Amino acid sequence: MTGVSGSPSEPKPAAGAPGFGAVLKTGATSAFVALILFSLMIGIRTEAGPTGQLIYWTRFGDLASLVAAVFVGSIAVELVRQWWGPAGGRVVPASVQNGLSIAGRFVAPALLVFTLLVPVIFYDQRYILDLGILVLTYVMLGWGLNVVVGLAGLLDLGYVAFYAVGAYSYALLATNFGLSFWICLPLAGILASLWGVLLGFPVLRLRGDYLAIVTLAFGEIIRLVIINWQSLTGGPNGISGIPRPSLFGIPLTPGDDGLAAMLGIEFSPTHRIVFLFYLILALALLTNWVTIRLRRLPIGRAWEALREDEVACRALGINTTTTKLTAFATGAMFGGFAGAFFATRQGFISPESFTFQESALVLAIVVLGGMGSQLGVALAALAMIGGFELFRGLEQYRMLVFGLAMVLLMIWRPRGLIGHRAPTVYLKHAQAISSDLVKEGHG
Amino acid sequence: MSGDRASDRINQRILAVDHLSMRFGGIVAVNDLSFEAGQRQITALIGPNGAGKTTVFNCITGFYKPTGGTMRLTHEGAPAIALERLNDFRISKQAKVARTFQNIRLFPGMTALENLMVAQHNALMLASGLTFLGLIGAPSWRVAEQRAIDLATFWLKRIGLLDRADDAAGNLPYGDQRRLEIARAMCTEPALLCLDEPAAGLNARESAALSELLLSIRAEQGTSILLIEHDMSVVMEISDHVVVMDYGVKIAEGSPQQVRDDPKVIAAYLGADEEEAIAVMESGT
Repeated sequence: MTGVSGSPSEPKPAAGAPGFGAVLKTGATSAFVALILFSLMIGIRTEAGPTGQLIYWTRFGDLASLVAAVFVGSIAVELVRQWWGPAGGRVVPASVQNGLSIAGRFVAPALLVFTLLVPVIFYDQRYILDLGILVLTYVMLGWGLNVVVGLAGLLDLGYVAFYAVGAYSYALLATNFGLSFWICLPLAGILASLWGVLLGFPVLRLRGDYLAIVTLAFGEIIRLVIINWQSLTGGPNGISGIPRPSLFGIPLTPGDDGLAAMLGIEFSPTHRIVFLFYLILALALLTNWVTIRLRRLPIGRAWEALREDEVACRALGINTTTTKLTAFATGAMFGGFAGAFFATRQGFISPESFTFQESALVLAIVVLGGMGSQLGVALAALAMIGGFELFRGLEQYRMLVFGLAMVLLMIWRPRGLIGHRAPTVYLKHAQAISSDLVKEGHG
Repeated sequence: MSGDRASDRINQRILAVDHLSMRFGGIVAVNDLSFEAGQRQITALIGPNGAGKTTVFNCITGFYKPTGGTMRLTHEGAPAIALERLNDFRISKQAKVARTFQNIRLFPGMTALENLMVAQHNALMLASGLTFLGLIGAPSWRVAEQRAIDLATFWLKRIGLLDRADDAAGNLPYGDQRRLEIARAMCTEPALLCLDEPAAGLNARESAALSELLLSIRAEQGTSILLIEHDMSVVMEISDHVVVMDYGVKIAEGSPQQVRDDPKVIAAYLGADEEEAIAVMESGT
């Protein structure tokens, strides 16, 4: 009603595009949908009156301005889309994509150097260092899950289970048996990959939605077991007093045998933070290095081939069972490492840290980054975790901004930040493979 | 003379399919089928659409478990392998049977070279010490990898796709994809190569090139070939032995010439009675 009569500025239709009428029609349709959606949400305001009765009043003015905004906005979007070039297919122009791919070559080394220097630059800013550790933890988790989801194409919604197994492995081994972090770290990885294989067996025959649901359930099962097995895990109370890591046996404490005393410098709690920062950076880089190596080995190629076409893999004599299980186990192992680090960093863990939300967040990082792309995952983790913190000032709107950013990203780059695939072997020159050709896997 | 040739074949058979049956619920896709494929020979399996040819292929290559019957694969100088007892990937890995698919199944997001590298998975897996030697970059692994690249290069050259080695398989033209799929199957170094309609969708020139490729594979690699094909020019030109199926049963078998002149075969293709087919043949000649 009022919305439809909102006056748009006179736009000039782009050459070869559908006429002004069509644009106007799109706008009117959007405005109509907005009118229906918002008529109850905005148009009528209800509240409990002083004596408990329901009182309501109308806000048609607000409704009208909202519908008008939708109308104008949708026309603007439509015009921008026409100006951008033919709709459908690729929305980002080729020149922009080329530019991105060239820039991509320098992004990774620059990012690495910057990350190495973060503790030097921000030595006095504890907040930045903590944030850096958090981001790197998610980078590592993303890289770990990338093996399962990005390379092997198996959708895993319960990745947090392996994170939890790693964290609890370290916490229990360290508090009950007094084992050091460096002994527990490989054990946590081995235990997590054992659970990865255990998850792998029942889901070998499942595909797509079914696989996703079973992995989701697996994540919940692990969490519920942790909550309910009170005698071992402490249940909802969690485990506290988890020992801090030492630098190969030298504790980072103010005492006489501490690292600071040995080096003859004054003790500062920041030392431990810096140490943790480099520890997670090393773990993340190990994950990255192993994944890059594995991609160039037969097992990694078999993972990618499995994502592309499982039937063809079987025809070529590839044992799809062990291939899938190794993907689950490798991904889980990195999750376990990250979990052990998480436990030693926090000093306290409880089941609340291992909810489905964590799995979803890590999966979102992998998908946004571009499945299979190591750099993309790192950038996505930075954007998701760092960006989330950046918008802390926006308070309750940051979830909205966040959602909007994700929607926009999915419109412009539906296959993630870095959607193309780099070949693992080449004769003359390696050329990136367009994301249109690369399959997403069946699971 | 043809009798001599037949007995020859039986002495040196690579594959003996005996009373093979495959039922899906109440539908009998293959019924009591027996045939043999000779060592270093090209055996064609032909028949009208829905005759059960691809089902036979899926049984031989382990994608289906046959309801009844046996399939014996004999490598030169080795005991026979019961194919019906092996499942999916082991057929390719242990029995050395490779196959291609009616609708091409390459790995579209991987380069042509990568496709051929994936085909050498089992050999490379051993060479990489089940990944561990490869992870530390052991010299033995590097040598094996280079050898695998050389084999892939050899096949790319052979099918004329060396220039496009680094292109995504999904970007190649249809005919190239067909040849790449054959090269990929050959990279598993098979004893028996099963091709499901390799000439489908190819033009006359490409079909001729395909025939040449298959003949050279048999001559140089000594691979036995079993193929399903609708393109009769290819079948008649390269086959040593032809088996004709209709409604899941074998209706004729013999040399290409014998099969071509068999009224039962013509009747099956025309969808007519045998008598009508004879009438058609006589009026035609």
